[in-house]
Amino acid sequence: MPNLKDLRVRIDSVKSTQKITSAMKMVAAAKLRRAQEQAEAARPYSERMDRMLGSLSEGLPTGAGGPELLAGNGKDDVHLLVVMTSDRGLCGGFNSSIVRGALKIIRGLLDDGKDVKVLCVGRKGRDILRRDFRSLILDTFEDLGRKRLSFADATTVGDRILSMFEADEFDVCTIIYNRFQSAMTQIVTPQQLIPFRASDVDQANDTGDDVSEATQDGSQKAVYEFEPDEQEILEDLLPRNLSVQLFRALLENAASEQGARMTAMDNATRNAGEMIDDLTVTYNRTRQAFITKELIEIISGAEAL
Amino acid sequence: MADTVEFELVAPEELLFSEPVELVVVPGAEGDFGVLPGHSPLISTLRTGVISVYENDAVNRRIFVSGGFAKVTPERCTVLADEAVALESANRGDVEERVNAARAVLDAAADDDKENAAAALAISEALLLALDTARQA
Repeated sequence: MPNLKDLRVRIDSVKSTQKITSAMKMVAAAKLRRAQEQAEAARPYSERMDRMLGSLSEGLPTGAGGPELLAGNGKDDVHLLVVMTSDRGLCGGFNSSIVRGALKIIRGLLDDGKDVKVLCVGRKGRDILRRDFRSLILDTFEDLGRKRLSFADATTVGDRILSMFEADEFDVCTIIYNRFQSAMTQIVTPQQLIPFRASDVDQANDTGDDVSEATQDGSQKAVYEFEPDEQEILEDLLPRNLSVQLFRALLENAASEQGARMTAMDNATRNAGEMIDDLTVTYNRTRQAFITKELIEIISGAEAL
Repeated sequence: MADTVEFELVAPEELLFSEPVELVVVPGAEGDFGVLPGHSPLISTLRTGVISVYENDAVNRRIFVSGGFAKVTPERCTVLADEAVALESANRGDVEERVNAARAVLDAAADDDKENAAAALAISEALLLALDTARQA
């Protein structure tokens, strides 16, 4: 028969765990809202950047000859993978699903005989990846956007990638992050940054206005003047674009993290509630059994006299 | 022809400004240019400087940009700024603080970072100058 005191202690500890998880859920919900607002606010810039890049690259000869960031350096041997995870745990399957996606890509590339290098953003991803591919990890960015994610954070990562590209340390760069769909669902998304490919994400995200405007622009086939010249603008614009794409991924990732944490903590709170109910029932039954047993003892003692 | 041009100013973190204006003067890399309705299509890089928005033949608003890109079509002028500060609402004390902070960073910077730190200082000084000029005008 379970001990009454043990049960009481157990119920208390589950109750305090429940308090923690429900508080974490509230915090995650507030942070999620902030992260979503921020992602919303940043969207116009990246949309316009995409459009400007579109107008610019229309006039350029495709394939070789263009800037290396756009056309690639003609090789495909060394891949750089930027794995974006969170710094903190307790967010359900958030980190493990990114890492699973990353591992699949890494294994696939290694099987094809390519070289792989990994840059980690966020402590958790590094911790898991280190088990299998310690030698591949070049560096980790930690504590990005601890208070509030700023564009400067994205530029830090972007500059690092650019300087590596200029030093010819890799040929193809891909980022892998969680795209935010809803608080319940996050989609692991690999996106190739160098050579740059307009992502499918943009097209999916385009609102009605943008589409109509895009077609307007297209039908006009406006011939732009360039100041200074096309090549020079592109050379400025492309590194900038890299940071913009990174910033967008970081924002999506931050929103996803909070969403995942909110869901995970909601589940945990509910599970704790169920557990408390079960334990309370057991506790009451046991208590009653004890009382009955004691009564029987007293009565049978009285009868024996 | 419409007598206004749609002016949009976007910083990486948010959309700052989007409304029809009569004339906007943008600091292009090769010289300032004014955008009136019906401007020929143009894509330009920006240098550090001040964007002036005109209304009723007078400057209505001044916005400092540290650099960026501008795309002009006959109906629309879109500016992608690296960083943008509205001069009307900027606080001189904050800006001075920023200049001093940038100077301190430059002094402490290792040789590799000197270039970036110097650029940051130049931008903050330009902002201070722009602020003072705007106050006098």
